[in-house]
Order: sequence, then structure tokens, then C-alpha cells
Amino acid sequence: MPHDGHHHDHDHDDEGSELSPLALRVKALESLLVEKGYVDPAALDVMIDTYETKIGPRNGARVVARAWTDPDFAQWLKRDATEAIASLGYVGRQGEHMVALFNTPALHNMVVCTLCSCYPWPVLGLPPVWYKAMPYRSRAVIEPREVLKEFGVTLPEDKEVRVWDSTAEVRYLVIPERPEGTGSLSEDQLAALVTRDSMIGTGLAKVPA
Amino acid sequence: MFALMNLVGDIGGWSIDEDRSACESMAPGDYITSSYYEHWLHGAETLLQKHGLATRDEIASGRAATPSRAATPTPASSVWPAVTARGSYQRQARAPALFEVGDAVRTRNIHPTGHTRLPRYLRGHAGEIIAVHGAHVFPDSNANGRGEDPHWLYTVRFNAGEVWGGGSSHLIHADLWEPYLESL
Repeated sequence: MPHDGHHHDHDHDDEGSELSPLALRVKALESLLVEKGYVDPAALDVMIDTYETKIGPRNGARVVARAWTDPDFAQWLKRDATEAIASLGYVGRQGEHMVALFNTPALHNMVVCTLCSCYPWPVLGLPPVWYKAMPYRSRAVIEPREVLKEFGVTLPEDKEVRVWDSTAEVRYLVIPERPEGTGSLSEDQLAALVTRDSMIGTGLAKVPA
Repeated sequence: MFALMNLVGDIGGWSIDEDRSACESMAPGDYITSSYYEHWLHGAETLLQKHGLATRDEIASGRAATPSRAATPTPASSVWPAVTARGSYQRQARAPALFEVGDAVRTRNIHPTGHTRLPRYLRGHAGEIIAVHGAHVFPDSNANGRGEDPHWLYTVRFNAGEVWGGGSSHLIHADLWEPYLESL
């Protein structure tokens, strides 16, 4: 079967040579839905390929790099992130209502979905396992500074932390601070510094080597 | 699994709210001790039975035993247009907004037994409206077969110290519908 699930959306403890009971349940469901004519296996392949190779955090990185280099675009992003992001071609499911959150020297934004796993797919693709797990979902709103430390980010005490719980269909994209010493870099080079985590707010943009 | 449910959802015709509600419909003890992936699988199996697409026995065996509903599965060529289609959850408002940016509000201390998007940790707490998003589809109605029932949606800011006590100093924001809020 082409969809062994090894690249998407399952827990690490399902991995290994033996299929776990959970993986077997999913395989049974897939076989059933194909047999009953509800799902076309070719469409499954396209859907998987779409979120593995076409829609992912490199999209969001383009948005951030443009915001860093084009003040007019940054203003548009603040005013109407949905349209500004759409102008770069990133539209669709789970990106219907976008808001951009700009980190500054004085404040740090961080995004969570305490109720499920809401995430801005058109700009970031599908969420990492930890984003969907109970520890991140509960602790991000209780002790964000401690969670950030575990991600290797220690913020100054006087920096304000703003946590955004995605409880409706509004989706949040963090615009990390532009690293110092990047004044001469091109938009492409800047985009390479923008990590997935920096756009969730659990990381910072990379400093050029 | 993600791809599977996105595609079968095209045939099932359920809303995102009904999907989330189904994922939450496990016995509480099972819900809290299982992974997100299991919640999702549980939701899928629940929706397939509820919408008459498959029986419990079929799901257990993985083999079809009853006639299928007549349906055309989403073809491969329709996947990209579907995932990149521009949608909106905003609807025509039926009444003026009760609140505006800057208003002090309190979340209602309510405990509905059905699906809701008012997090338990934010019930009965004081906050401030910082954004008004228009009227949006109301999950508490839409998940439970009562239609979209649009209500005004706001971003509300809370001080963590007010929510959790102690010395917490961060700010928490949530997107909340008007029926979750009262004037302070």
C-alpha cells in the first residue's frame, strides 16, 4: 500500500517494523473507504504529496522575508494579512482568516491551539507532532517562558510574552525579528533564515553563519 | 490519515465543527490518555457511522459488507483546487456588535455539554476586546446540527495573572464568540 503513514501525523511510538494496533486500524479504514468507492487512491497520493512537497513552512518564510524587505508589504500584512499573504499565492484551507503577529525587541508572540491543533496550513503546512500534543497545548498558555526555554529560547525578563490561542477560524503567523547583520542579504537568503518554529513563536530566526 | 479524512469529508459533507466535536466525543478517561492521532481516528470512525457511510462491523474488519452510498470520490485532479480554494467563515451579521475594541468583558462561566470553543481555562475571567472579526459561523450550533447561527467574533486579551494567579505576567489571547461574553 502506498500510504504507510510514515511521513505524516502519527506518534513516534507507532514507528518500527511492526504495525501498531493504531496503524492497523488506520489501514483497515483506508482499505474500507477505497473498497466502498468513497476515496480514490490516486487522490490520496496527490493529497499527501501536496502537504509534503508543495504546502509547507517555506511558504511562510517567503511571507516573512518579504515583510522584512518591503515596508509597504509589512504594513499590508499588519492591516489585512489574509489579502497580503494571498498576493503571494498562499491561500486555501485553514488560511481563510489570517493575522500576522510582529515580534519586536519589546515583545514576543507565540501561537497554540489548546482545544485541538488549529494551524495556518497555507503558510506552514501541517503541524509538528508536539504542536498537537497535550503538554505543549496546556503549558503554552500557563508557562510560555518555561516552554520557550525548552525550545532553546530564553527571553529577557522585561520582554512581554503574548500567547495566542487559536480558538476560532482565525489563524496566526508570527513574523520573527529580523536578525542583525542581514542588511545585505537578498530576499531568498533571508527566507532561508526563517524556521518553522520562528513562525509559530517557539523559535527565533537563524543568524547567518 | 489526514489525507484520508480530507477526502472522505468531501463525500460525508460534515463541517469542520462537527468533525472537531466527533474527535472530542471519546469517554473522558480515554480522551485524556490517548494521542491526538487517536482522537482523530475516533472522530473519523464516529462520523462515518453517523452519516451512514460505513457500519461498525465494516470499520472493525476493514471489509465492505453493505452497499455503498452512491458517490463520486474526489479525483486526483481536484485535490489542488480544493485545498487552495478561498473560503470564509464570516457571514452576514444579524445584529450590531455588542462590543468594540477596548471594551472590558468577562467570559461567561458556562459549561455546555455539547461542543464549544470557549476553553475551560478561560471561563469566568475578565478580559479586553482587542479585535472585532465580524460575524462568524458559531461552532456550538454548527457542530450540533443547528445550522451556522453566525455570531460576532472577537479577539479577547487576558492577563495570565488574572487567569492563573501567582506571578504570571504574560498575556493570553483567544478568539471568542459574543455568546461567550458579557459586559464587565
